[in-house]
Amino acid sequence: MSDTLITVDNVSKKFCRSLKKSLWYGVKDMSSEFFGGSNSHNELREGEFWANKDISFEVKRGETIGLIGHNGAGKTTLLRMLSGLIKPDKGRIEIRGRMQALIALGAGFNPILTGRENVYVNAAVLGIRKKTIDNKIDEIIDFSGLEEFIDSPVQSYSSGMAVRLGFSVAVNMEPEILLVDEVLAVGDSNFIIKSLNKIHKMIKDNGTAILFVSHSNTMIRAVCQNALYLEKGIVKGCGDVMEVTRTYELDCMDKRTSESGQKIYKISSDKERRIKKVELYNFKYELQNVFKINEPLVIRVYVHADRVVENPGMQIAVFNEKKECMLSQVSFTDGIQFHELLGSSSIDFKIKEIPFNTGVYSVSAKFIDGNVLNSLDYHIDACQFTVDCGNRVGNEGKVCLNAEWIMENC
Amino acid sequence: MTNPEQMPVTVYSPESQMRSPVKLLKSMLHDLKESRELAWRLFVRDVSARYRQSVLGILWAFLPPLLSGMVFIILQSQNILNLGKTTVDYPLFVLIGTILWQVFTESINAPLKAVQSAKAMLAKINFPREALIMAAFYDILFSLAIKTIVIGAVLIYFKVAVSPGMLLAIPAILMLITLGMAIGLMLTPIGMLYTDVGSAIGMAVQFWFFVTPVVYPPPTSFPFDLIVKLNPVSPLLIGARDLLTLGTLKTPEMFLMVSGLSLVGMFFAWVLYRLALPIIIERMSS
Repeated sequence: MSDTLITVDNVSKKFCRSLKKSLWYGVKDMSSEFFGGSNSHNELREGEFWANKDISFEVKRGETIGLIGHNGAGKTTLLRMLSGLIKPDKGRIEIRGRMQALIALGAGFNPILTGRENVYVNAAVLGIRKKTIDNKIDEIIDFSGLEEFIDSPVQSYSSGMAVRLGFSVAVNMEPEILLVDEVLAVGDSNFIIKSLNKIHKMIKDNGTAILFVSHSNTMIRAVCQNALYLEKGIVKGCGDVMEVTRTYELDCMDKRTSESGQKIYKISSDKERRIKKVELYNFKYELQNVFKINEPLVIRVYVHADRVVENPGMQIAVFNEKKECMLSQVSFTDGIQFHELLGSSSIDFKIKEIPFNTGVYSVSAKFIDGNVLNSLDYHIDACQFTVDCGNRVGNEGKVCLNAEWIMENC
Repeated sequence: MTNPEQMPVTVYSPESQMRSPVKLLKSMLHDLKESRELAWRLFVRDVSARYRQSVLGILWAFLPPLLSGMVFIILQSQNILNLGKTTVDYPLFVLIGTILWQVFTESINAPLKAVQSAKAMLAKINFPREALIMAAFYDILFSLAIKTIVIGAVLIYFKVAVSPGMLLAIPAILMLITLGMAIGLMLTPIGMLYTDVGSAIGMAVQFWFFVTPVVYPPPTSFPFDLIVKLNPVSPLLIGARDLLTLGTLKTPEMFLMVSGLSLVGMFFAWVLYRLALPIIIERMSS
């Protein structure tokens, strides 16, 4: 099909863990390449592993495909093969059209030369003719937003500034295929938005096909229609961006919940009056820590007082994975007065419908003496729960409410 | 929008490129053509950056050979060292010799140095790799141009008669550069993997200086005449020096043979460099 710009057919690539062996294999590979010997690439040699294994996919013109996966999943290896930097060990890659890789922005920058001089060098490295740059230099400088600094040496730039300049040069090439590898992570938010708009414009005007690597699912969803999910070099998911990013998200959550291992951080100021534990239940009071969205949740805090607490109170807070506070409520502020407390008790915080969107959340509880408004015991990350809200195309916010949708004729 | 049918198609597959030599040759020539502008840019970048952070600047292009030449001139004039009868005045002989030798050592070191300093760029961007070598070649020519002024001054000082044969010295020096770069480029792939190669080159070049008739006339008696017969640098260096100072070539057969060998060597080094780079890039970074 002529509309397909990238065809990746059963491509594999191996790498070696030990440097010594890797170098020696390099010498061997070079001689077999030079003498045109039969390629011994098919078998793994000692110490080698598949960094990419049997990867196949296609990218059509105007299509944007997001490449996701954990660190070391083989994303960059794949991009480097696509840009022709390294050869595949198996399979075949066919590229139609001019390709531009935004893998290293500002490649060839010399720190001593000025920004303007470096624009020309960088452009030449990317294969852009001097004439083209002469015409576009103002546009490039304008896009980078570095007018004031353009005649200072690049060594005086911050890393973000250098990336901005590099990006500005690279996107002005107007290629048929664009590979973007996590390069926008350094820029500030204004520049990211500007860059994303530029990318959108390229897709619309030139039908540029884009392969986009990012760890931000939000960014991937904003830019791409399809996604490819790599895990240990193998394609774990390929297709619609919403579905694939969801699979990835769920895997990430599993990994994190198993990794976090419930490390509770406690600040106890009163040994006699403290929190014993915090547990999560559903409304049938069965222990549970994976919930569907809008399911009921009970956060129960077990407390114990050897000395009477006359006016007990509780603060419950829920944090998402970025440690943003999703919820924080104090019993007093909510107008709740508990009776005097001595011995063991439990205090429940009942949520009828969990409003939080997909993610892993941690709960903190603070046991308070209302008379002196003093924290008796404070458990941070006392327990964790996961919310999974199924396939939720378009429901992107931090919360998802059980709202009513009504249509009426009027 | 361009029609996809007209877009260039690139294929990456694991087979050795040596299996399709015609295609390989075509892409080599294509990339060589594509390299010109980039090579020029890289050269301009390197040169302008170099002199911006240097006080002595272009002096470095000829100071080392002049100094080492001086040492031998003093040793000879004080009769501490007797290196035999030379074709022309000894100081002239030595100064031209050491300058030409410097051209050769620069050429031998240039490819590995160029590729090594472009490591980060190589690992991340697919640009015509020939550009690096071409830029290194320009750099050598640039420093040769500076040296020419010194050579000219030396020739005038020693009142060497101008002859048409002197013009032939230019291709002779180019051949000297070709030989040096061919050797350097051939060692570059391995040198990128193992740092030993770089150190070994440095050592070998020092030793090589003494087995090449740079500061002494070519020996004629066995076994020392092997220095001329087996050492590929000797005919080129002697040839270039004779053309500059005498305007004639004494042993054109040897000179032409080594020149031919250098050109062939350069071509093979180029093929090796091209084929080896993806493998090197794979090994050196991620």
